[in-house]
Amino acid sequence: MVEIIGLQEAAEMVSDGATVMIGGFIGVGGPNSILEALIENNVKDLTIISNDTVTPELGIGKLVVNKQIKKAIVTHIGTNPETGRQMNAGELEVELVPQGTLAERIRAGGAGLGGVLTKAGLKTPVEEGKRKLEINGQDYLLEMPLKADIALLKASKADKAGNLYYNGSTRNFNPVMATAAELVIAEVDEIVEIGEINPNDVMTPGIFVNFIVKGGR
Amino acid sequence: MDKAQIIETIAKRVAKELNKGDVVNLGIGLPTFVANYVDAEMQITFQSENGFVGLGPAAAKGEENPDIVNAGGLPVTILPGGAFFDSSLSFTIIRGGHVDKTVLGALQVDAQGNLANWMIPGKMVPGMGGAMDLVVGAKKVIVAMEHSAKGKPKILKKCTLPLTAASEVDMIITEMAVIEVTPEGLVLTELGPEATVEDVLAVTEADLIISEALK
Repeated sequence: MVEIIGLQEAAEMVSDGATVMIGGFIGVGGPNSILEALIENNVKDLTIISNDTVTPELGIGKLVVNKQIKKAIVTHIGTNPETGRQMNAGELEVELVPQGTLAERIRAGGAGLGGVLTKAGLKTPVEEGKRKLEINGQDYLLEMPLKADIALLKASKADKAGNLYYNGSTRNFNPVMATAAELVIAEVDEIVEIGEINPNDVMTPGIFVNFIVKGGR
Repeated sequence: MDKAQIIETIAKRVAKELNKGDVVNLGIGLPTFVANYVDAEMQITFQSENGFVGLGPAAAKGEENPDIVNAGGLPVTILPGGAFFDSSLSFTIIRGGHVDKTVLGALQVDAQGNLANWMIPGKMVPGMGGAMDLVVGAKKVIVAMEHSAKGKPKILKKCTLPLTAASEVDMIITEMAVIEVTPEGLVLTELGPEATVEDVLAVTEADLIISEALK
């Protein structure tokens, strides 16, 4: 069952200390209107799981600047100098994860898998504290699944059954995050009637989605 | 050579390493210039790790589509025949050996083909993004970079910075040299347009085997 709610209602579902998956790639395909509402609510101590921390002026980047994040599990922080500053000052914990590993850890979380074996990160700081397994004579790192309390997604279009369609390169982490959180909220540019998105074009089936919010452009 | 000439020299030489029909991922920065020297008839497919193949040139001013950006977040175009996908499929392509060549910059690279390009402890920690997956997954890894950092060698006996991956680099292309990574060590196979062997050795810390077929 999918319900259409407002931005403020969506933001209120994110509590202090929550683990939140946030779609987007440097803010493109990110639920930036919901994130704005989170800044107004001033929710604290979030653990975010996302590709990056965007720029100081947008989305997750603003949450960093506003010191609402306790821990960031991300692949890249280079576009937001404030993340690096807070990390070096010990104000923000950052777990850097190779991008493919992040996608697969989320996928494992959503797909009911016990973990992922990958070569990415072997003999680098990424392997510290992790189990290594030898499979058919090759070494792999064991990477653990990721799940979240809430996933905040961005889609170009939703129908009233919650089926999502993403335009261009906005898809990125959104579909996989839709599978790995207790509660899934999608901010969308456009809401259409059931049937107006051809089932062949659905990229995230509505069964994964709890709430849709008109936001975006 | 000035900066623009250095970039052009390196990008042109990297372009010669691409074969007809290759699927190629270009890293951010200098490697993106390689696309400028690739002929359409080569039918190279460029992959953008944020989620598509068929990456075209930067979007013309006024024609930017905010939904189509490259892995650096810049507005780009997608060519006819291209395809969008999500991050999971993007890294299935990358990690699963479906990328023929990846071209990346480096802070350091060493005689064992180790690569360091994602952090300088205590100074700069941008993160690895997709680099670790690309380097272990692509069939051929080409490092494209300036030969030295203002005269300070970047091609070392052993990397001192935290690694991106161990023993994955196949080839190093700079404005001064083309160097192949082999089990015997680094082999200097080609000199840049203005370089001599002595010039190259002077700014390379690693031992170089001079190829008998040196060009």
